Amino acid sequence: MTAAQPTARHDEKPKASEEGAGGLPGELMIWVLIISELVVFGAGLLALLATRLTDPAGFAEAQSHLHRVGAAVNTVVLVSSGYLAALAVRLAAARPGLARLLLILAAGLGAVFLAVKASEYAALFAQGIGTETHAFFTFSYLLTGFHAAHVLAGMVLLLLVAVRPAPRPVGVAAAFWHMVDLVWVLLVPVVYLL
Amino acid sequence: MKYQTQKIALAYFAVAMALFAVQVIMGLILGWIYVSPNFLSEILPFNIGRMLHSNSLVVWLLLGFFGAAYYLVPEESEREIHSPMLAYLQLLIFVLGTAGVVVTYLFNLFDGNFALGNEGREFLEQPKWVKVGIVVAALIFLYNITMTVLAGKKTAITNILLLGLWALALLFLFAFYNPANLALDKMYWWYVVHLWVEGTWELVMASILAFLMLKLTGVDREVVEKWLYVIAALALFSGILGTGHHYYWIGTPGYWQWIGSIFSSLEVIPFFAMMSFAFVMVWKGRRDHPNKAALLWSLGCATLAFFGAGVWGFLHTLHGVNFYSHGTQITAAHGHLAFYGAYVCLNLAIITYAMPALRGRDPFNQVLNMASFWLMSAGVVFMTFTLTFAGTVQTHLQRVNGEAFMDVQDQLWIFYAMRFGAGVAVVLGAVLFIYSVAVPRREIVTPGPLERDRIEHDPDHVAAR
Repeated sequence: MTAAQPTARHDEKPKASEEGAGGLPGELMIWVLIISELVVFGAGLLALLATRLTDPAGFAEAQSHLHRVGAAVNTVVLVSSGYLAALAVRLAAARPGLARLLLILAAGLGAVFLAVKASEYAALFAQGIGTETHAFFTFSYLLTGFHAAHVLAGMVLLLLVAVRPAPRPVGVAAAFWHMVDLVWVLLVPVVYLL
Repeated sequence: MKYQTQKIALAYFAVAMALFAVQVIMGLILGWIYVSPNFLSEILPFNIGRMLHSNSLVVWLLLGFFGAAYYLVPEESEREIHSPMLAYLQLLIFVLGTAGVVVTYLFNLFDGNFALGNEGREFLEQPKWVKVGIVVAALIFLYNITMTVLAGKKTAITNILLLGLWALALLFLFAFYNPANLALDKMYWWYVVHLWVEGTWELVMASILAFLMLKLTGVDREVVEKWLYVIAALALFSGILGTGHHYYWIGTPGYWQWIGSIFSSLEVIPFFAMMSFAFVMVWKGRRDHPNKAALLWSLGCATLAFFGAGVWGFLHTLHGVNFYSHGTQITAAHGHLAFYGAYVCLNLAIITYAMPALRGRDPFNQVLNMASFWLMSAGVVFMTFTLTFAGTVQTHLQRVNGEAFMDVQDQLWIFYAMRFGAGVAVVLGAVLFIYSVAVPRREIVTPGPLERDRIEHDPDHVAAR
C-alpha cells in the first residue's frame, strides 16, 4: 500500500510517520472498514427500532427473555479488553514484550466475552427461541451474532499482531478492536435495555 | 501498442462485437414480441430468445474482459503474454461452446441428455459439455494471464484484475452443483451470475476503469491505486452479503431479508465511488488525451453504472419494497441500465481505447463513435424510464389491486411500444459503434467552430484524432 505517501504534503505534525490516512492512525483501509461496519450496525439498529414501532408490546415481551446481567458482564469484559489493547498500542514501540502480553490478555477477554455470549444463546435455545420466533429475535440474533463474529475476527487480528508487536500493525488491530467495543456499547441499550 | 501479443485482444474484441450484435438484435425481436405477442411464436419461442439475449450478453462481456486483460496486462506487467497460442485456443473453445449453445437452444437438440442436452436452469442452461469447455477455457486464461503477471511487474491494477478474474472462474464451478431441493438450487444459482455482477465483475470494472483513467488523464499511479483499493474493498464488503437480496423469497430463513436489505443498500457506495473516481481523475488530470471517445465511454460507464446498478438497484432492494415489485418490469428496468452502464459501456470504453492501437489507424473517426455513445445511451436510458413506469403501474395493478398477470400486460402495451422504439435506437447505436471501430481507416474529421476555437486559444488542448 502507498497510504503513507500523500499525507506528507499537507500534514505538518511531527509524528507524521505514524499517520497514514490523512491524520488518522494506522492504514486507510482499516478506516474504510470501520466506517463500513459502523454503517451496517447502525442501519441494523435503526431497522430494529423502526420495526419495533409496529409492535412495541411484542418486542418488550420478547426482550424480557434476554439475559441483561450477561450483557452487563460482557460490557465490562469488552471495555477492559479495549483498555488493554490501547495500552499495548502505547507500549508497542518501547516494550514489545509487554505489549505482546497485553494483546494476548485482550484477546483472552474476547474469548471470555464469547463464552458468556454462548451461554446466553444456549439458554435461549433451551427455551426454544430461534431466529424466527419473533421479529425481535431475528434482529437480536442477527446483530449480536454478527458482532460476535467480529469479536472472533478481532481476536485473530490481535493474536496475529502479537506475534511481532510493532506500533503500526498493533495500531491497526486496536482500531478494529475499539470498533468492536463501540458497536457493542451501541448494541446493548437498543437490544437489551430499551 | 507496445507489445506484439496485445494483438490477441483484437480477436477477442471482434468475436465480442459479433455477439453484441446478436444480443441487441435478439433484444429487438423480444421487444417486438412484447408489442405483438404472437410474433415468431412457432419458430422462436420467447423463452429461447430470452436465453439467447441474456446468454450472449454475458458471453460477449466475458470475452470483452478477456480481451481487455490481454490488452492491458502486457502494458502493466511490461512483458509479452505467456503463450499467445493458448490465448487463441481459449477463444476457439469459447466460440465452439457458444455455437454449440445457440444450436442446442434453437433446435432443442439432445433434450434430457446428461452431457449434451439443455440443463434447464435459467442462465445456466448450457449443456454440460459447454460448461466443462468454459472451465477449461477459464483455466487456460487464468494460467496464461497469471504466468504473465508473475513473470513481470505487479501493479495494483493487475492484482485487482486477477483477484476478480480468479474469483469469477471459481464461482462458475457452482454451475455444476444442482441440488434437488429447489431452495438450495436457487441459493447456489445466485453464486454464479450475481456474485459476479455484484462482486467479481466490479473488481474487473474498477481495475479496467483505473487503467483507462491512468492512460487517459495522466494522474499519478499512486492516486489511482489508492482509489482502486478503496473501491475494491467497498465492492466486496457490500456485494458479497448484498447478494442476500436474492434470498428474500426463495425459502431461506427470514433474517436474509435484513442482511440483504442492509448490505445491498450499501452497494450504491462502490458505484458512487467509481463515478467520483472517474470525474475526480479527469478534473485532476494534466493530460488531454487525443482519444476523446474513450474518455466519453469511461465517464458514461461510471455515471450510468451508478444510476443503473446503484440507484435503480436501490429502488427495489429493500425487502419491504421488493415484496411488491419482485419480478415486475422494475427488475427489467434495473437489469438493462445496470448491465449497460456498468459492463457494456466498460467494454466499449476499453475497445474504443484499444482499437486505434490494435489496428494501427491513428487518426480515426471518433465522431461516429461518440455519436453512437449518445444514441445508444439515450436509447437505454429511455428504455429504463419506460420500463420503470411500466413496472410501477404493473406493481400497483397486479400486486396491490390483484389483477391477473395477462390483464395487466394488456394495459402496459403503450410502455412496451415505447420501449421498442428505444430498442431501435440502441440497435442503431450498436451498429454505428461497430462500424466506427471496424470500418473507417485514417479518416480525419474537419473540426467544427467550437473545436477550432479551442485548438487556437487553449494551449493545453490536444485535438481529437
